[in-house]
Amino acid sequence: MKHLTAVLVATLIALATTSARAELVIEITQGMDNPTAIAVVPFAWQSGGTAPEDVAQVIDNDLARSGQFDPIGRGDMLARPSTQQEVFYRDWRAINTEYVLIGRASVTGQVQMRIEYELFDVNRQARVLSGYEEGHVNDARMLAHRIADEVYETLTGIPGAFATRLLYVSVTRNPVGKDFYRLTLADSDGARPIVLLESREPIMAPSWSPDGKHIAYVSFETSRPAIYRQELASGARVQLTNFRGLNGAPAWSPDGNSMAMVLSKDGNPDIYVMDLRTRELTQLTRHYAIDTEPTWMPDGRSILFTSDRGGRPQIYRYDLRSGATERVTYEGSYNARARIAQDGRNLVMVHQAGGQFHIALQDLVTNRLQILTGTDLDESPSIAPNGSMVLYGTKSGDRGILAAVSVDGGVKFRLPAREGDVREPAWSPYMSR
Amino acid sequence: MKQLTVAGKVMTLLFAAVFLAACSSKSTKDDTSAADAAAAAEAAARSAAERAAMEDGAMSERRLQDAVAAVGNIFYFDYDSSTLRPQAQEALDAHIALLRTNDRSVRLEGHTDERGTREYNMALGERRANTVRDYMVVSGIASFRIETVSYGEEQPIAYGAGEANYSQNRRVELK
Repeated sequence: MKHLTAVLVATLIALATTSARAELVIEITQGMDNPTAIAVVPFAWQSGGTAPEDVAQVIDNDLARSGQFDPIGRGDMLARPSTQQEVFYRDWRAINTEYVLIGRASVTGQVQMRIEYELFDVNRQARVLSGYEEGHVNDARMLAHRIADEVYETLTGIPGAFATRLLYVSVTRNPVGKDFYRLTLADSDGARPIVLLESREPIMAPSWSPDGKHIAYVSFETSRPAIYRQELASGARVQLTNFRGLNGAPAWSPDGNSMAMVLSKDGNPDIYVMDLRTRELTQLTRHYAIDTEPTWMPDGRSILFTSDRGGRPQIYRYDLRSGATERVTYEGSYNARARIAQDGRNLVMVHQAGGQFHIALQDLVTNRLQILTGTDLDESPSIAPNGSMVLYGTKSGDRGILAAVSVDGGVKFRLPAREGDVREPAWSPYMSR
Repeated sequence: MKQLTVAGKVMTLLFAAVFLAACSSKSTKDDTSAADAAAAAEAAARSAAERAAMEDGAMSERRLQDAVAAVGNIFYFDYDSSTLRPQAQEALDAHIALLRTNDRSVRLEGHTDERGTREYNMALGERRANTVRDYMVVSGIASFRIETVSYGEEQPIAYGAGEANYSQNRRVELK
């Protein structure tokens, strides 16, 4: 126990020093019309001392944030069962609860913990899910997110994306000198922020490797933009480019072996692909227009990019085998920075309508376009790995904040930082354990 | 502009000397002495021109520096445009005139307002810096003396929305 306490204290100190400034706060602004009523009962702590984390609260918040669930307040619960024997369905029917999640957590070994959970369907009076998660006590929140993923998938049929992480750039303005730029890594709920890079020069375009173990970004720390690749576990990083002109918008290929990017070393911004093993560059586009913002289709066979070759920015698709380029977007005079869902069908982008910049979704099968957001200056959309939510940057007053919207436009929440501007969110792929 | 002005003054003085020499040749039959007189006049004119050029140089350098200080080092652009405005061109001319008198290198930093995507704005900022660079190169400043870098919308001068703020941010800074 002494050992565990020491670990917990160390964790708290680490959390306290990882820049509270970059921490995000979540405000749900719009949920679904008929959310599922679920009770996430506080989990029993079966070891000494206090639990390292209120696991049930983390799960409760995850489900609420999805907009598809309406968790029952703890004060409204008539009972707090932690085992199947303690679950009486009438307690839950009385408060119109459809599902009940209970659980137990304990320390196993010196720094390991185990969380057992059971999900009950009140109407069918049956247990519909049971399982456990084990891991380091420092990762208690991540274990909770995994349970939320299981519950979400059981009840919606769609894999959850709570046990994922976010990258974002935050800026603290400095009225008497250069601003402070930070690249931050946080859990999908904004908790546990870790500053990966701090600079007095701009940091841009964070992106994930498909295995979630590496990131890439652009840093101006040498007084010019350059693309860097960084391993998350070790922090080791490599400068990949240092060309004259633009070095921007790195985007990993689905197989992780190549990186698309924008370079203007030959005088004009064009799309290139770098083989990450040999560092060999292949130039894809050769046009006097602006070609930028590459992103790979999930099958790795083509690359979407923004070009103003038609006079105004629109999305184009470059076929890597044939070398052919075709225009993808036609509705509106400004469509830029595409991101595509893993299904290869839902394309999200920045779309200008009525002079404002919104996030829009284009179904690549029907080509129907739907504007998802109603705010202005919405930018940098990033799709959750399960394709359910789009995280993006927007403005609140003159501050940059992050916000999210479901792909059907029905659910919305905001993630302002406690201090400073936040921008350019990048939602991780599913993390391998 | 300075070199042209000095060259013009030298030409005027030389022309005066040759004119004087031609006049003197009319009043005498001695071609040799007429030629000597012309050469002497020409030499006198030349040293006068050099003195004038040096004084002019020191004075005009101060004047050029004052002109640069008056126009500032920021050149503004229209929305989504990388075309030099006439007043930006005039301001740039003052910098070019001064740069012709020295061998300083300059850095052109292109910026945009916050409308449009960040990467598109990086490209637009680069276009703006390149427009200024191309104008300077055409005006005789060697391209190796000019470095360009785009910051896109990352470093606004004025925070907040609205044209009053945006117009201050669409710029190229000469450093």
